[in-house]
Amino acid sequence: MPEFTLRTLADQLVNGLVIGNVYALIAIGLALIFGVANLINFAHGSVYMIGAYVGWVCVIWLGWPLGATFVVVALICATLGVLIERFGLRRLQNEARIAPLLATIGISFALDQLVQLIFSPNPQSFPNPLPAARIALGGVSIGALDLLIAAITAAIAVMLFIFLRFTRLGWALRATAQDREAAQQMGVDVDAINALTFAVAAVLGGIGGVMIGMYFTSVYPTMSYGAMLKGFAANLLGGLGSVPGAVVGGLALGLIETFGVALLGSTYRNLFTFIILIGVLVLRPTGLFGARRATPPEPLTGTFVANSRPVHIPRALVIGGLIAAILLPFFTSNPYLLQILTNAWLFSMLALSITLVTGTAGQMSLGQAGFLAIGGYASALLSMRLGLPLELSLLAGAVIAAALGTLLTWPVFRLRSQYVALATLGIGEVINQIILNWEGLTNGAMGLSNIPPLSFLGLPVIETAPIYWFALGILVVAALFQWRLMQSHLGRTWRAVREDDVAARAMGISLNRYKALAFIAGGLIAGLSGAFTAHMYSYINNETFAATTSILGLTMVILGGMGNMAGAVIGAIALTALPELFRPLADARYLIYGVVLLLLVRFRPQGLLGTV
Amino acid sequence: MALLEVRGLRREFGGVVAVDGIDLTVNPGETVSVIGPNGAGKTTLFNLITGLDKPDAGEVLLDGRPITGLPPEELAALGVARTFQHGRVFGNLSVLDNVLVGAHTRQAAHRLRTPVLGMVAELILALIQPPAWREERTRLRDEAREVLALFGDRLLPRAEQPAYSLSYANRRRTEIARALALRPRLLLLDEPTAGMNPTETAELLEFIRSLKQRGLTILLIEHKLSLVMQLSDRVIVMDDGRKIAEGAPQIVRDDPRVIEAYLGHPRRGWDARDAQVAGEDDLRVVLPQAHHP
Ligand SMILES: Nc1ncnc2c1ncn2[C@@H]1O[C@H](COP(=O)(O)OP(=O)(O)OP(=O)(O)O)[C@@H](O)[C@H]1O
Ligand SMILES: [Mg+2]
Repeated sequence: MPEFTLRTLADQLVNGLVIGNVYALIAIGLALIFGVANLINFAHGSVYMIGAYVGWVCVIWLGWPLGATFVVVALICATLGVLIERFGLRRLQNEARIAPLLATIGISFALDQLVQLIFSPNPQSFPNPLPAARIALGGVSIGALDLLIAAITAAIAVMLFIFLRFTRLGWALRATAQDREAAQQMGVDVDAINALTFAVAAVLGGIGGVMIGMYFTSVYPTMSYGAMLKGFAANLLGGLGSVPGAVVGGLALGLIETFGVALLGSTYRNLFTFIILIGVLVLRPTGLFGARRATPPEPLTGTFVANSRPVHIPRALVIGGLIAAILLPFFTSNPYLLQILTNAWLFSMLALSITLVTGTAGQMSLGQAGFLAIGGYASALLSMRLGLPLELSLLAGAVIAAALGTLLTWPVFRLRSQYVALATLGIGEVINQIILNWEGLTNGAMGLSNIPPLSFLGLPVIETAPIYWFALGILVVAALFQWRLMQSHLGRTWRAVREDDVAARAMGISLNRYKALAFIAGGLIAGLSGAFTAHMYSYINNETFAATTSILGLTMVILGGMGNMAGAVIGAIALTALPELFRPLADARYLIYGVVLLLLVRFRPQGLLGTV
Repeated sequence: MALLEVRGLRREFGGVVAVDGIDLTVNPGETVSVIGPNGAGKTTLFNLITGLDKPDAGEVLLDGRPITGLPPEELAALGVARTFQHGRVFGNLSVLDNVLVGAHTRQAAHRLRTPVLGMVAELILALIQPPAWREERTRLRDEAREVLALFGDRLLPRAEQPAYSLSYANRRRTEIARALALRPRLLLLDEPTAGMNPTETAELLEFIRSLKQRGLTILLIEHKLSLVMQLSDRVIVMDDGRKIAEGAPQIVRDDPRVIEAYLGHPRRGWDARDAQVAGEDDLRVVLPQAHHP
């Protein structure tokens, strides 16, 4: 590589350190929250993104100087942090850890969409307001912004250190992080400390957002998601919950990423993050610098399954509903309705798959869309490249999704509770990144077009109504498949694993085996749905099955009731159809999903039909 | 040959030696009790025997075969069943399903041990439900009901109710029923009567006695004196991780070292629920009179 001279090497070093500084800021915030509230905060990226937008408004719209901008960003983000803690999370303190985690996902959905509604989803240009001159320092060129970022991060780190070490409040915060109950007994107002932690973390995140916005000269709503994952990766690298670890992890991640991009190209940027995320979680859950411990720090376990008596749905009602669904195309001439419902059937399959893995077997999966993607690409490629007939390629897609997806998820089986959520999210992203980067197979970001259309026994299925029936048909087959498994010993065994994995092992249940079986069975159903989708659209790319799809599916499942198959279908219909029926709401659908998730977790964790 | 033999077992938690060189043997058909003040290391000893925790040193033998460090699921398959001190029923499963989980290792599915193929076979067979599986299913259900029937009308009428809706004592009974469904060769009970009132305790005592009479080998952790005295063939006393006495119940009770051990420990980790219902019978109440001014 000729251009890879010593000079560019040094420049990359500066680049990496500067970006690493911002990652460190994000990671410190996550570490503080994890330490004090024992929570993986998925809303942190949204606060960071909002900080970036506030900064952008101040500098670009209002023309304010940077100093005033940072003060306003800090104030607004601190307020936001306190609001999130007070209204989103405080009541969930004593629930299973997965409950506040889901609430933060809901909050982040809502915040992201809100910003999108106000400022449009498009990136906004954020030109660097500082002088463009660069200082040459011994062969390295450093810009004013580089210096500013380094200075601000250093100043914040010093202030934070002084605050945590030498002030009463900082002492109370550390005491709370160490032992909440003991701190409470010593007279520490732990609720206030919680709020304070969220405020501090939000300020750090928001300032990081402004700096990254200036650094990459643009702000956009979806920047939240990547930043949050980077923050987690940095945090894990340094040891979850450790503030110095977060700094080291952030810098390390910045460097790894910058050099990786220089070597392999910018499409690989995020892959490093996810590989670090999963690698550290699986191999060294306490981080590279954390204390060696035999087991991951897991003070709280338990899944998000509320005690409830599920609503019993009589068989006649199920059959009646099915007949009505089959007859519907004869009574409506509205193709739009049928299209929406076709989508609902496909989402129902995703929801069934999630309700099996997450609801029945208790493995909180945030990466289930990865199974859709594998199924979609496998079936599309098999029919395009090998000319497989559609029925076979659909089946093969499902089987490949189940096998490959489960294999990729295997390392996660040793984790529990919220770490499963984090790791499966990472695995979903890795699948996405592989699709993006394996151009020879997947055509990269261009996607696959001209995928053979649906057909059945040689007859093309291209009209709206036949597609509707076909989708309904495979949903029924998938549901019967799952139902039968649920009635067998597998249903009981999965639920036992979910309820208490220690007792389950003591009764002779091999956890890995039954977790794998759950992912295989769920993967078959999700893979089939993804495969069908690919042929229905005739075009897919890496964004067809985005990570938000996984979360949307999970929301459907929680709405219907965890582990409840009828609930999964009803949740899918409700969340696919409702925003479409009230047309003005369609643009705000993710806002609705976020709020629904938040409200469910808080007020009706058992969902509409109850958990099974 | 001894059914269970433990040699020099040791487990340390960051400086605290929870189990410190314990030796113990349990012969077939015997009921052996492990007693000792709170924090003596009894539960840790159970965890080491049942594979939920790995020892730092020492050996565990079942039928003379080393089982040290085997995972709990394999020990269960070898016939080692246990209950937990603080109760670990599967809350959202029905009482009957809880007991059926206990029979997990006795299902045909459990014999499909080949790594990947066995798993796929299990999925396919669960889907098809061949006649042999269907027959096994009914048989295990009947057996589970028989196990429930051992508790009179305590559990049987509630067989279809979710376990979380049961009373405390019934949840503990469910857990014992679950362990029995495994058809254990060795049953480990960790404070089965904790939190039970005197009537319930007396009932459970008779129940354990009936198990003993049927020849079941039992290792029991208990704090309630009369229960230990009536049930045990032998008693092992632990304190601070070490075995400080062993022998027939009467002899151990009058051993000055045992009284000393209980006196030496103010109620460490005292369980409020136990305290309420323990009454005069609890070793921790009977012995340390120093705490009753
Ligand atoms: N996982 C663990 N990590 C750290 N220390 C532990 C752990 N498990 C047990 N200990 C410690 O080991 C010692 C023995 O605990 P154990 O639970 O075995 O006592 P026990 O005899 O069962 O007491 P009790 O009668 O209260 O049930 C205690 O000091 C306890 O604090
Ligand atoms: Mg104990």
